[in-house]
Amino acid sequence: MITIKNLKKSFNGFQVLRGVNLVIPEGKTTFIMGQSGTGKSVLLKHLVGLLSPDEGEIWFENRDLTKLNEKEWQEVRKKIGYLFQEGALFDSMTVGENVAFPLIEHAKLPENEIERKVDELLSAVGLLEAKDKYPSELSGGMRKRAALARTLALHPQVILFDEPTTGLDPILQRSILDLIMEVKNRFNLTCVIISHDVPLALHYADQIAFLHEGVIAQIGSPEEIRNSNHPFVRKFLDSALIDGAKEVSHEG
Amino acid sequence: MNLFYHLGSLFLKFLRDCGGVFIFFWQSLLATFSRPFRARLFIKHMEFIGVKSWLVVSLTALFSGMVTAYQVHHALVKFGGQSVLGGVVALTLTRELGPVLTAIMVVARAGSAITAELGSMRITEQIDALKMMAVNPIQYLITPRLWAGVITVPLLTAMANLIGIAGGYVVGVMVLGIDHGIFMARMEDMVELQDIMSGIYKSIFFGAFLVSVCGYKGYYASGGAEGVGKATTEAVVISSVGILIFDYILTTLFF
Ligand SMILES: Nc1ncnc2c1ncn2[C@@H]1O[C@H](COP(=O)(O)OP(=O)(O)OP(=O)(O)O)[C@@H](O)[C@H]1O
Ligand SMILES: [Mg+2]
Repeated sequence: MITIKNLKKSFNGFQVLRGVNLVIPEGKTTFIMGQSGTGKSVLLKHLVGLLSPDEGEIWFENRDLTKLNEKEWQEVRKKIGYLFQEGALFDSMTVGENVAFPLIEHAKLPENEIERKVDELLSAVGLLEAKDKYPSELSGGMRKRAALARTLALHPQVILFDEPTTGLDPILQRSILDLIMEVKNRFNLTCVIISHDVPLALHYADQIAFLHEGVIAQIGSPEEIRNSNHPFVRKFLDSALIDGAKEVSHEG
Repeated sequence: MNLFYHLGSLFLKFLRDCGGVFIFFWQSLLATFSRPFRARLFIKHMEFIGVKSWLVVSLTALFSGMVTAYQVHHALVKFGGQSVLGGVVALTLTRELGPVLTAIMVVARAGSAITAELGSMRITEQIDALKMMAVNPIQYLITPRLWAGVITVPLLTAMANLIGIAGGYVVGVMVLGIDHGIFMARMEDMVELQDIMSGIYKSIFFGAFLVSVCGYKGYYASGGAEGVGKATTEAVVISSVGILIFDYILTTLFF
């Protein structure tokens, strides 16, 4: 469980996070939604120490993460995976080498075992034939999937996904989320997923949090969110669920 | 008022950079002792910084040696001292030109590339990705480059000394007509091991210095592609000027 208390962060005098309070339950899937530029990525980066807050606390395993030094963070980060919004693939390495990287660094496996694991991960995201390509030779969606494979290579307790499905076609979106859920269920992961896709969120989330104007405007189960009266949340949902998309949501 | 403000802030930035570079150097030095030892990266960077610089360093050394011979000869002739040409050329090269020109050429060729590569890794979050995989980015990215610089720059300097002296010999003996035996004998008389070593010691320092400055500027780059370009320019300017300034300081203090 991760508990965020009154988190505040400004950049150059502009306050992006204005007191975020959020509880991320263990073994559950939390979606974070909100308009572009409201600070979703900024919020996620605080959970792994890539940004440090001006104020507030982040509790994980009985420790306030905001008080850790870089060495202690290194230990915590072994338990938390992160999918960067832009992928952040190493562009001096092939796709295969990128996926193998965390395994070589941490998994202490024999070489052929790593090889097998890389192939397995790449076929799960449908990229086996791109194994020897460099990131610059891939499309945006392929890069995202390669980054996802790299994130899933180790099985941390928590994985933070910054827009895992944005820029993918609908078929891929579903299969990527199914893949995430499969991994989540197999290893009992805690997942935090930033997404703009309302039907997907309503279908896959255990809880959905809306970030608006620097605070969590509303948080609740997909059912509660679907019936929300909060003006911003309502507007967000209504803009997304113009017509047929609602059908997906009923499955959830 | 405005001028003072401007100068003051420049000076503050300078101090901050100095401190930053030193801390950065210290962190990457300390990271040498943390596991795992990155032998493959170390070799790769030795190839990039060292092996791939041999041509530009050789050309620079050759022509500097040749022109030094001409200029020194011109001065020596005025009092009939041209017989010591070999010694003067060799001293100039081993003590000054060899280490300084080599380091500056390595900055131009490899240092700029280090800043640009690290800078683009920074702005595309690859450095953050390393952190997220619980890899110490300084240990992974900087330490191997630091040692590669510390080892290859003196080796390149030794090579530059040799080629520069050969260039001086060609001009001195074959063009200006100094006797082969006299050229060599004066060189042997005047150049001591200590002269050669003083240049090599300097070049070890320059190797560490240029990797620290160029690494620092790239590692902390910000502001998109434009920021990386700016960082690269700054890295090249600061390391080149810094090499000349430290050359003076080291020479007056120790050598
Ligand atoms: N390193 C930074 N320096 C300065 N400002 C920043 C920095 N990172 C983010 N910001 C600002 O913080 C705000 C929130 O950015 P963030 O990337 O979190 O948005 P987001 O909610 O993830 O949007 P999107 O859905 O488009 O990804 C933006 O106004 C951005 O300009
Ligand atoms: Mg974002």
